[in-house]
Amino acid sequence: MLKINQLHKSYKIGDSSLHVLKGIDLSVEEGEMVAIMGSSGSGKSTLLNIIGMLDEADEGEYILDGLPIKNLTEKKAAVYRNKFLGFIFQSFNLINYKNALENVALPLYYQGLKRKERLEKASYHLEKVGLSAWGHHLPKELSGGQKQRVAIARALAANPKLLLADEPTGALDTKTSHEIMAFIQHLNDEGKTILMVTHEEDIANMCKRIVRLRDGIILEDTKVNQVRAEQYV
Amino acid sequence: MFDIDLWREIFQSINKNRTRSLMSGFTVAFAILLFAILFGIANGLKNTFKEAFGTDANNSIIIFPGKTTKAYKGLQAGRKIQFKNEDRALIKEKYGDKVQFITSKVNKSISASFRGKKNDYELRGVYPEYMFIENNVVKSGRYINQNDLNNNAKVVVIGKVVEDELFYKENPIGKYINLSGIQYKIVGVFTDDEGDSEESVIYMPITTTQFVYGNNDFVDLLHLTYNPEMSNDQALAFGNSITKVLKDKFDVARDDQRAIRMWNMAEGTKQVELMTTSLTMIILVIGFGTLIAGIVGISNIMIFVVKERTKEIGIRKALGATPRSIISIILIESIIITTIAGYVGLLLGVGVLELVGPSLEVYFIKDPGVSNSLVFGATLTLIIAGAIAGYLPAKKASQIKPIIALRND
Repeated sequence: MLKINQLHKSYKIGDSSLHVLKGIDLSVEEGEMVAIMGSSGSGKSTLLNIIGMLDEADEGEYILDGLPIKNLTEKKAAVYRNKFLGFIFQSFNLINYKNALENVALPLYYQGLKRKERLEKASYHLEKVGLSAWGHHLPKELSGGQKQRVAIARALAANPKLLLADEPTGALDTKTSHEIMAFIQHLNDEGKTILMVTHEEDIANMCKRIVRLRDGIILEDTKVNQVRAEQYV
Repeated sequence: MFDIDLWREIFQSINKNRTRSLMSGFTVAFAILLFAILFGIANGLKNTFKEAFGTDANNSIIIFPGKTTKAYKGLQAGRKIQFKNEDRALIKEKYGDKVQFITSKVNKSISASFRGKKNDYELRGVYPEYMFIENNVVKSGRYINQNDLNNNAKVVVIGKVVEDELFYKENPIGKYINLSGIQYKIVGVFTDDEGDSEESVIYMPITTTQFVYGNNDFVDLLHLTYNPEMSNDQALAFGNSITKVLKDKFDVARDDQRAIRMWNMAEGTKQVELMTTSLTMIILVIGFGTLIAGIVGISNIMIFVVKERTKEIGIRKALGATPRSIISIILIESIIITTIAGYVGLLLGVGVLELVGPSLEVYFIKDPGVSNSLVFGATLTLIIAGAIAGYLPAKKASQIKPIIALRND
C-alpha cells in the first residue's frame, strides 16, 4: 500500500536548516491502522504531511499504491490527493460558509461529479457518520464531535485508499474522542487503511500498530493489541 | 465551457461572505461614483466657459479708424482717418478666400416710432454678409439682400426687442417704421442669442444709410471673418497684414498704433484654447487620479481577500483542487463583484449629476454630465485592474503548499 525508503526532510530557518526527518523507512499494508507517536518536534506531523502530499520530501523514496510520488506537478498532486487520500485534521478544517452536506460534497466536486450525484453520495456518507439530520447546518452550529464526524464523512466521500488523521481527537474531550475513535475503528474493520498522528498513549493503543519517532528517526515499530473504543462509549 | 458548478461555487462564496463582497464592491462603486461626479462637474465648468463666449463668429476681425499720433510723409499728427467703401473692396480683392465674409458698417443712433410708440435704437448700415458674421437668425420675413443695396432700398430688418417694444401683438413685416422722419418698410425680424442689446438693433442696407445720412461713401468700421481653416497664428499674421496694407494706403507710420485699430478674435481664441486645454488637463488629472485610487483600492482588497481565504485554499487543495480551479474561483468572483459594483456606481453617479446638476448653475457648472462610454471605459479599467490585482495573489496562493495554507489560522 505504502512504502517509504530513507526519507529526509529539512526546513530552512533563517540561515541554518533544521533536519526534521533523518532517514525514515516505513511500509504500511492495506487494512492496517497505524499510530505515529512522538513528542513535539519528533517529525511525526512532517511525516504525515509528506505521506499526504501536502509537503514534499527532500530525499528518499515514497511509493503509494505502486505509484512513485516524486516531483509531482501541482495538478497531478491535486488529482492524487483527491483520488487516494482522505484527510482528517485536528482543527476539522471545514469550510465555514458551506453547510455540512456541501462540505462533504466538496471532494466530489473536484472529482468532477454532477451535482445531483455529489449530493446523493454526500448524504450517504453523512448518514454513515450519523448526521443526516444536520446536513443543512453550518459548521459553527455543530459541536466539536459533530464537526469531526463531518470531516470524516468528507474524507470518506471520495472513497480514498488511505485515510490520514492528524491528531483527530486533539481538540475533543475524552468522551467525544472515544466516540470518534470507535468510528475510525469501524472504518478500519471495513478495510480502510488508516494512518494517524497522535501523542496520546490511550488513543495510540486503539490502533493496531504504533510507530514511535524521536528526533527524526523511527525509535520503535510494534504491533499492539487493539483496545476497542466502544467499551468507553 | 460554461461550468454551472463553478458559478454555483462562486455565487455561494459571494453570498455567504457578504461583508467581504460588500466592502470590495463599495470601493469600486465609490471610485466610479467619484469619477462620474468629478468628471461631470469638470465638464459642466467647460460648458459654462464655452457658453460665456457666445456664438458670435469667433473668427471675427474688426478694424476701425482713429487719429494719427505721428507725423509721417509730410502729414501732420492728429489727422483723422476715414474708411470708405473702396477699403472693403480692397481687402476683399487683395486677400481673396482668406476672407470668409466681410462687411463695412455705418453706425447711427436713431429714434424709431410706430403708431405713437417711440424708442431709441442703434442703426447699423451693413452688407447682407453681416448676418453670418453676427450669427443672426431670421425669425420672420427676410434679411437684407444685394438687391436692396443696389437700389438704395428704404427697407430695414429689426431685432426681436424692437419688435416686442413697438409692435405689440402685431406682425411688423410689411409695416412702415419711422426713423428720424423717414418711413422704412420692415422686411424681416431677427434674433441673436447674445441677448437683448444685440436684438435692440435695426439693420439697413449700407448704401441706403450712406445716402440718407450725408450722401457719401464713408464707412465707420470694417468687420470681417477670416477663413476658419486658418490656424491661430496664421489668423494673427493675417490681421497684421491687413493693418499694414491699410496703414500704407492712408499714409500712416508703421509704428502708429492709434490711427488704424484692430480687434482680432484670434487673440481671444488663443486664450480660450489655452483655457480649454488646461481645463481638459485638469479633467484628465482628476479622472486618472480617481481611477488610480480605485485601482489601488481594489488591489488592496484583492490581496486581503486572498489572504483571508488562504486557509480555505489550503482545505480545497487538500481535497484535490487544482491551482487552476483556485485561481478561476477567486478571479471570477472578483470580476463579478467589480462589474456589478461598477454598474451601481455608474448609475449612482449619473443619478447624482442628474439630480443636483440644475442647482449647480450658480457655481458656474452648467449641464454637468459624462458620456456613458467614458464611465463604461472607467469601469472596464477597474475590472481589468481588479482582475490583474487579484490574479497575482491568487496565483501565489494557488502555489503555496497546502500544509502552509492549512497552518494559517
